[in-house]
Amino acid sequence: MAGGIKKFVVACFDDEKTLFPAVKNVRKQGYKIHDVYTPFPVHGLDHAMGIRETSLHTAGFIYAITGTTTALTFISWVLTKDWPLNIGGKPHFALPAWIPITFELTVLFSAVGMVLTFCYLCNLAPFVKKHHFHPRATDDLFVMAIECTDKTNDAEVEGFLKSAGAVETKIESAETGWWIGRYDREQKLYKEEKGY
Amino acid sequence: MSLLKYESQLREPLVDGDKDYHQVTEDIVRPIEAKPSRLWYIGFWISVGLLLFGVYSIYREVTYGVGQWNLNKTIGWGWDITNFVWWVGIGHAGTLISAILLLFRQGWRTGVNRAAEAMTIFAVMCAGQFPIWHMGRVWMAFFVLPYPNTRGPLWVNFNSPLLWDVFAISTYFTVSLLFWYSGLIPDLATVRDRAKTKFRKLMYGVASFGWTGSTKHWQRHESLSLVLAGLSTPLVLSVHTIVSFDFATSIVPGWHTTIFPPYFVAGAIFSGFAMVQTLMIIVRKVFNMQDYITLGHIEAMNKVIVLTGSIVGCAYLTELFIAWYGQNPYELWAFFENRGNLFSPYGWSYYLMMFCNVVSPQLFWSRKLRRNITVTFFMSIIVNIGMWFERFVIIVTSTYRDFLPSSWSTYYSPTIWEIGFYLGTFGLFFTCFFLFAKYMPVIAIAEIKSILKTTGEGYKAKMTDVEKADAEKFYIEEVTHAH
Repeated sequence: MAGGIKKFVVACFDDEKTLFPAVKNVRKQGYKIHDVYTPFPVHGLDHAMGIRETSLHTAGFIYAITGTTTALTFISWVLTKDWPLNIGGKPHFALPAWIPITFELTVLFSAVGMVLTFCYLCNLAPFVKKHHFHPRATDDLFVMAIECTDKTNDAEVEGFLKSAGAVETKIESAETGWWIGRYDREQKLYKEEKGY
Repeated sequence: MSLLKYESQLREPLVDGDKDYHQVTEDIVRPIEAKPSRLWYIGFWISVGLLLFGVYSIYREVTYGVGQWNLNKTIGWGWDITNFVWWVGIGHAGTLISAILLLFRQGWRTGVNRAAEAMTIFAVMCAGQFPIWHMGRVWMAFFVLPYPNTRGPLWVNFNSPLLWDVFAISTYFTVSLLFWYSGLIPDLATVRDRAKTKFRKLMYGVASFGWTGSTKHWQRHESLSLVLAGLSTPLVLSVHTIVSFDFATSIVPGWHTTIFPPYFVAGAIFSGFAMVQTLMIIVRKVFNMQDYITLGHIEAMNKVIVLTGSIVGCAYLTELFIAWYGQNPYELWAFFENRGNLFSPYGWSYYLMMFCNVVSPQLFWSRKLRRNITVTFFMSIIVNIGMWFERFVIIVTSTYRDFLPSSWSTYYSPTIWEIGFYLGTFGLFFTCFFLFAKYMPVIAIAEIKSILKTTGEGYKAKMTDVEKADAEKFYIEEVTHAH
């Protein structure tokens, strides 16, 4: 799946205050932000980058109703059809008594399903090796990686980022593939945004 | 953009000291990178010793049968089910802190949630031991699972509260574990990226699942945490509700009551917070985390303790009132003779429970005592003793003198193996907790960083400018992200 080498301009910011305008200006200039790596969730950064909303919660809802239906159909089949038990002459279809297990399975399916989907979407698993642009991206730096094309003037981009407030810039090559992530489908161009 | 959330100057900072992001990483990761102290080794090996004693006690029970315990004709649930309910109750605080307080946007949870969630998981592991080994023929334990078997298939009874318990506890354990670990992944990545040795790089690399901190991943992570919190909130309430159904759906006097679900849930939060206090007071001291687990955190938890303790007290009085109001002779006997009469065989345990759970937490109406570490530490232990006795009172005083006076047999007291099993779960709990405290970040690093600039002591001062500024301007510039 590996598809050659790609070049990136990597810029590190040390404050959200400079990061946000920088993200905006970089996109305005028409550069393609590959990704921004942050040590903690920076609220609003996804919007600033034009990344679309995640639909993970919808998946969670679908898993949840799967759990509900599984529990209800299975228990009703067992207790009314496969092996009806006469418990003090009470009805075989004892819905109130099934609510606890139905609820638990709803939660269980939803939680497990969502976590697995999350790991799948973000390519998270033990022994997965990914490209890390900067080791301090998990410590105190906000690391922006900008994809270079043949036409990109690296020095110009670097200078531009420095003027935008980057504390450190470098040029890095990475082998392309799923391990560096692909977000072009997720990201809108600046031009396409409302209020442009 | 640092002031996405504006916080008043009047509020106490949640992170003391003038810190930047790097300092936060340093402070929290330091104990993981340093060699463990002598105190850690002593504590760890004592825990392992207790654990081994517990394993031997279980070995005796499995080999010779449940007769190794002093259960008798009427008391089928002695120490073991008492301990089960006690541990499950303790296991409620972690998810409560991380889920309910996340939904309520309580910033102070960030300092304690990671350790509290770990505590939850270890407590539920301990709790699970009791019903499993109580089965006697533990090799038949898989019978509780509904699988197509060769006996019919004969299914489990889905109408039974004991089976609901199986589902509730296992779901609770799984979901808590997922919630805890998904929160840990970014922090383990922080440890990985600082690692110096090859071995540490490998171990934390595997454990952090290749986390990079990508914005898209964070966005999904936020969504995941929020939904898991939303799911865990009713889940945590359901678990102790279902545990209380084990009692409440029976017709045993003293158990047969509709107040049990809310009363058990309040009790669980009460004892859970007490255990969090015990552990956090030790952790902040041993790992020098006073800047992250401040007196403000301790005070907030003490407020929860006095609230839930009072709810529990209210439930005790309601039970007594209903027993009197209902005038059912068996209920009256259970409440006013077996429990309320100080001179009946177990009367002392009822009054001990009342004192520990209802009277003593009232100390926390005083702000001075809420912020006193020594008082808090002692209170946290007293509360957990009280909550243990609550379950003991419920189980033993309701069953030791049943409907048939000829079976009012002997005074129930546990054997050494029953006690050993209980001590063994302490061993399991603390062994796990010591390992966690040594090898994993005890405070949620990323979450602390995300609140640092709104509530850190060093940043609070900078907010005075904003406070003076025009409110509308502040809203446009800082909240709507407009530039």
